[in-house]
Amino acid sequence: MPDVNDPVFGPAPTAAGADDDLVQLLTPEGERVHHPEFDLDLTPEMLRTFYRDMFLVRRLDVEATALQRHGELGLWAQLLGQEAAQIGAGHALARQDFVFPTYREHGVAWVRGVDPVALLGLFRGVDNGGWDPHEHGFNLYTIVIGAQVLHAAGYAMALQRDGVVGTGDGERDAAVLAHFGDGASSQGDVSEAFIFAGWANAPVVFFCQNNQWAISEPIEKVSRIPLYQRANGFGFPGVRVDGNDVLATYAVTQAALKRAREGQGPMLIEAYTYRMGAHTTTDDPTRYRLMEDVEHWKLKDPLARVEVHLRRNGLVDDQFFTDLAAEADALGDRMRRECHQLPDPQPLDIFDRVYAEQTEELAAQQAEVATYLSSFADHAPAGAEGGAA
Amino acid sequence: MATTTMSMAKALNAGLRRAMEHDSKVVVMGEDVGRLGGVFRITDGLQKDFGEDRVMDTPLAESGIVGTAVGMAMRGYRPVVEIQFDGFVYPAYDQIVCQVAKFHSRSQGRVPMPMVIRIPFGGGIGAVEHHSESPEAQFAHTPGLKVVACSNPADAYWMLQQAIASDDPVIFLEPKRHYHSTRAEIDDAATPGSLWASRVVRSGEDATLIAYGPTVGTCVDAAAVAAEEGRSLEVIDLRTLSPLDMGPVEESVRRTGRAVVVHEAHVNLGLGAEVAARLTESCFYSLEAPVLRVGGWDTPYPPARVEEAYLPDLDRVLDAVDRSLAF
Ligand SMILES: Cc1ncc(C[n+]2csc(CCOP(=O)(O)OP(=O)(O)O)c2C)c(N)n1
Repeated sequence: MPDVNDPVFGPAPTAAGADDDLVQLLTPEGERVHHPEFDLDLTPEMLRTFYRDMFLVRRLDVEATALQRHGELGLWAQLLGQEAAQIGAGHALARQDFVFPTYREHGVAWVRGVDPVALLGLFRGVDNGGWDPHEHGFNLYTIVIGAQVLHAAGYAMALQRDGVVGTGDGERDAAVLAHFGDGASSQGDVSEAFIFAGWANAPVVFFCQNNQWAISEPIEKVSRIPLYQRANGFGFPGVRVDGNDVLATYAVTQAALKRAREGQGPMLIEAYTYRMGAHTTTDDPTRYRLMEDVEHWKLKDPLARVEVHLRRNGLVDDQFFTDLAAEADALGDRMRRECHQLPDPQPLDIFDRVYAEQTEELAAQQAEVATYLSSFADHAPAGAEGGAA
Repeated sequence: MATTTMSMAKALNAGLRRAMEHDSKVVVMGEDVGRLGGVFRITDGLQKDFGEDRVMDTPLAESGIVGTAVGMAMRGYRPVVEIQFDGFVYPAYDQIVCQVAKFHSRSQGRVPMPMVIRIPFGGGIGAVEHHSESPEAQFAHTPGLKVVACSNPADAYWMLQQAIASDDPVIFLEPKRHYHSTRAEIDDAATPGSLWASRVVRSGEDATLIAYGPTVGTCVDAAAVAAEEGRSLEVIDLRTLSPLDMGPVEESVRRTGRAVVVHEAHVNLGLGAEVAARLTESCFYSLEAPVLRVGGWDTPYPPARVEEAYLPDLDRVLDAVDRSLAF
């Protein structure tokens, strides 16, 4: 190992998992702390909104997990523990900004106004993305790890060409927020996105939720330095924020997006957090993760610290929590009910939107399937509908 | 070990283990293959027994996994690479088709590329997108790669060891929906047949069903149903997709005069097209009907709730047999 003060090699790398360089504005104990660069004042209303959103998104996540357990969803990617990273980042967005999520950004989706029930479609297997990306400024979920980070860089390059970067008009200037995980940071696509964004000085904020696990693989095994430090090598700033502190994730993302909109180029945010749930509902973290770590991170819960802060400073009353619990129950009810009502795709539908211009070949295949299916109709009991062939 | 009954997942694990015991140059690389034992547990326990140098949890980077395996193979290792799901092989596509496939010929035979790339493939497990695809034609179309697909535990056990022992790069396709659905006896002391050979799974007289991987089971079931209706169908498991072993297929089709090729991949330019073309060339005068294909439609793999409409099932296979017999 090079010496810390080695004149040639410089300082020794800090471990990828070290957490002494975090931007934090609210401690796990609910104490407000200040930061020289990213401090900000928040109204009590804003704090309540953060709490409310985190609370409801946690419920959304719990509800979807339960739906998977009941066989209503094939899979669910849980966000438990990552609420602050997502709600903070989501609120930092301007209306005209655009988000490129992974498959786990349920909290950001929530802030962007995507109906939670629409999120279930992909996991239930009725569609591959059930919302309009343009309507919400929120792209469809991307499952192939890292692919969307390049799309984000390209979208940001398009914003530059459209002249909506650095004009000084806060209502017009736009930026892009690109989400990915610590595991994804190993993909070539992610490095290439950094290269393109740096080359183009594109208005994109790379937002890595370092939840420390890529399924079973811990971050310290794949990165010898904290991920945010990688930005230096690509020529733009990187910062590590306490991913369980919604104030800090909001403040840092807001600053980074503002910078990007103003034309100062990309930035990497590493939101240092922990995956409290399993990777997905098919995963079994007991095979590789230590229970002590989970217990340790429970003490850093993103909701608990805001709750303490709100109560201690008299910013809420009991009624606030009662109302919120009722709102969460209603959300849960609606998700359970509407999940069932998501219509199954029909066999003939799969041919419809493969191309913008239908091909004769595909139309012929569709007709063939229609004929084939109707050959069963003769034998089907009255009233039966075409579902599975 | 003598004869043991195993699932396909266990058979693959046992095959890997035996290959690693047999040859210390065999290394396993991939995402989550170590401590977790792979998302399908195919590599379960191997890291514990062979250590982290031989069973590597790699960074999450498919191009990186295959590209570094190239370097290791150049140095005499025999990497067995796990791609987590079929749809995630594409980041490594460039390394596989431009590098892995071409080393031997570019180096005029001086640099063999003894690598196995294991890919759980195919649908029918109700998964989200990119988890149910059949990319075999993309690789079978690439000279320099060998492509095989197992369909049952005994083949899985032997074919994997044979693929690892091969000096050529092998794309090894595992029908994920059958990992746990079938069990079979495996006799460790047996002498396996050639890896590069197709095999008659069930004999019959009226028509030949040609399949590989997940659709072999579908065709065997279809033949059983057809038998109840007095129709005798022969079922052939191709096993090796590149090179294709047409011998048993041609022999069969000369007898039955009718052939239906069944695979999950898109029909357009799929393996079925190649088989049909070859049968037309070699068995033209024996054919009583055109060679028919049953496969996935030329659409992206659809959402899980409608995948039955995409996947060839028993009815679609029997329907094709009816059409063939009606000629
Ligand atoms: C290209 C590709 N390879 C493998 C996978 C399978 N896979 C899905 S999620 C995942 C781990 C991702 O970890 P990370 O990027 O840290 O994100 P997290 O899920 O922890 O939020 C893997 C390996 C995939 N979806 N895409």
